[in-house]
Amino acid sequence: MEDCFKVTGRNLTIIMPCELDHHNAEKLKTGADRIIQSRNIRSIVFDFGKTNFMDSSGIGMIMGRYKMIHFMGGKVMAIRVNQRIRRILTLSGVYKVMEIYEGLPQQSKLS
Amino acid sequence: MKDTNEMKLEFDSRSCNEGFARVAVASFLSQLNPTLEEVADVKTALSEAVTNAIIHGYEGRVEKVYIECQIKDREMTVAVIDHGCGIPDVEKAMEPLYTTKEEEERAGMGFAFMEAFMDEVFVESEVGKGTKVIMKKKINRVPHQFEE
Repeated sequence: MEDCFKVTGRNLTIIMPCELDHHNAEKLKTGADRIIQSRNIRSIVFDFGKTNFMDSSGIGMIMGRYKMIHFMGGKVMAIRVNQRIRRILTLSGVYKVMEIYEGLPQQSKLS
Repeated sequence: MKDTNEMKLEFDSRSCNEGFARVAVASFLSQLNPTLEEVADVKTALSEAVTNAIIHGYEGRVEKVYIECQIKDREMTVAVIDHGCGIPDVEKAMEPLYTTKEEEERAGMGFAFMEAFMDEVFVESEVGKGTKVIMKKKINRVPHQFEE
């Protein structure tokens, strides 16, 4: 579980699980929030590199973290987003509050 | 009844069974030779319905969730049933972004996703008795024949 979090300075990278459903989202939230508070995190990168399933519980999890970070003036982004995950992010409207990248940020950016 | 096929599942309303339910239904669906996208659509919609049954229907209590699947010609019908608290106002519950569990960070997108990813969604619910969500999806690719 701890392997899915990487802290660099005040940035937290969350390696999203293969299947981001209600069950996995609940587990991630607890771990992420502990780090966000204890390490004074100001930006979050959601890495979807190995994720092939997400439902609205994943959206709830992202929005919750976004609110925490945004409140303190921080930013969130999603990287290595495949077509399926992109569709879910678009459908839910989350794309409006975060930058979404197909690969890494220096590579192609999705609208 | 050559062209119909049915299955039923019954499992505890524990969140760890959500993945099991998705895989079981996706695997049953595979006999229609769906595209990867169709499989993903059904998995997402099913996941929403099962999650609803677990967190809203039973509100975290461990009871039974039932899934009934039927394939007829090229259409799959899947029903997710709980005998939990029921929904007082189904129309309201189906509005995008409406949620009764904001404090638990529910996005309020469950029914919206079901409607987006399936062809038809019906909800039958009675307060105190439970909820039945019926979803239908046509699989357009030419199917394998059922084996005799």
